[in-house]
Amino acid sequence: MELIFKWEWLPELGRGLVLTVELTAACISMGAVLGLFLAIARLYARGPIYWLASAYVQFFRGTPLLVQLFMIHFGLAGWGIRLSPLFSGIIAMGLNTAAYQAEYFRGAIQAVKRGQTLAALSLGMTRWQTIRHVILPQALRLVLPSWSNELVYMLKYTSIVYLIGLPDLMGMGRTIASDNFRFFEVYAVVALIYLALVLIITFALRSVEARIRVPGLGTAR
Amino acid sequence: MALLVVEDLHKRYGKEEVLKGVSFTLERGETKVIIGPSGTGKSTLLRCINRLTEPDRGRIWLNGEEVTSRRTNIYRIRAQIGFVFQDFNLFTHLTALDNVRLGLIRVKRMDKRAATERAKRELERVGLADKANAYPAQLSGGQQQRVSIARALAMDPKLILFDEPTSALDPELIGEVLQVMIELAEGGMTMLVVTHEMGFARSVADEIIFMEKGVIVEQGPPEVLFTNPRVPRTAEFLRKITEFYGESG
Repeated sequence: MELIFKWEWLPELGRGLVLTVELTAACISMGAVLGLFLAIARLYARGPIYWLASAYVQFFRGTPLLVQLFMIHFGLAGWGIRLSPLFSGIIAMGLNTAAYQAEYFRGAIQAVKRGQTLAALSLGMTRWQTIRHVILPQALRLVLPSWSNELVYMLKYTSIVYLIGLPDLMGMGRTIASDNFRFFEVYAVVALIYLALVLIITFALRSVEARIRVPGLGTAR
Repeated sequence: MALLVVEDLHKRYGKEEVLKGVSFTLERGETKVIIGPSGTGKSTLLRCINRLTEPDRGRIWLNGEEVTSRRTNIYRIRAQIGFVFQDFNLFTHLTALDNVRLGLIRVKRMDKRAATERAKRELERVGLADKANAYPAQLSGGQQQRVSIARALAMDPKLILFDEPTSALDPELIGEVLQVMIELAEGGMTMLVVTHEMGFARSVADEIIFMEKGVIVEQGPPEVLFTNPRVPRTAEFLRKITEFYGESG
């Protein structure tokens, strides 16, 4: 059995890669913003807001991402709400990662010592100023390692969008392989591209971590 | 009217009543020291004064304005009351300079340059001009506490509350913090200090308040309390604590 690689695969895989990166960037940033508000709601709100945020997190962490994606793309279509595959993909994965990011943010915010809040309040800062200028700058530094994991995880997990017909890296690989039946070789190239991307992101975030590190906050690596 | 008036303050945590009706006043420029065994509500009392802890009952006035009133803007009141914590509570992610500057910029809305100048002056005042760019983790406990005093001073407080400011310090670092506090008292700052440093209490306080089990047992000038207390329990406590901590402070 010989292995065959063709340079002509690369332009198409490259287009798929661009979509994968765009999809990841869109859903991870949507998840970060939503996740931050969810975490704050779970920590500081009471009553309905707290319950809603908690139910949200439980639902999206407690059900498979693929089911969520199908519910949004095919399920909503049954109600007459037709979303493009790209839009469905971003929404489903953004909503999903928001729940996980919310839990990471929550943990990091809780790890900031109570005395920090007392000191900020004693200066006359409002609760929101305290969160914005004292709690979050510390919590975001603490959350970065686990947040990096979530980013890498989402990057790989975007590959499920080929199931709703999106030509991402995985989808392009599948298209090429179904034409030439070189499944092993094509998927091997796809895997290597994912791996390269993961390594680049990991190193980039590590250098960000190093740049914003402050003595006495978090663990030294 | 006195600068600070505290009237019949009550606070309960679950079943335990920590403050059972505390009343006292503090005049401008006065330094009062609160002493008493641990767990008798001294820290709770300080936190009730700027409502970091909400009292259950009782009223507080600062400069004629009722702190405990629902209509009072508590943020504006807190900005006028400095608070120095036992474990410093400097903002971990900020340098000494930024720690002092934060309240000036965010609460007092000063522009950045003026705030920087002011913060530098305050750091100089506590002898830490050369540590402006150090992070809290890079400072000794004594230096951190001096930065936290500078942070309080920068806000131009009408009053500073000190909650056992030297209790978390190694013995050799206590002196530098007390020295700053002595200078403040001599400079006319109004201060309310919870401490076990009897030397400081004796030499600096205008009046000493002895608290136990949520009530004020006795208050009066240090000469009276240390030499001729009315209540036997005061004498007993002072004898014990002086044996344990020593006189020097």
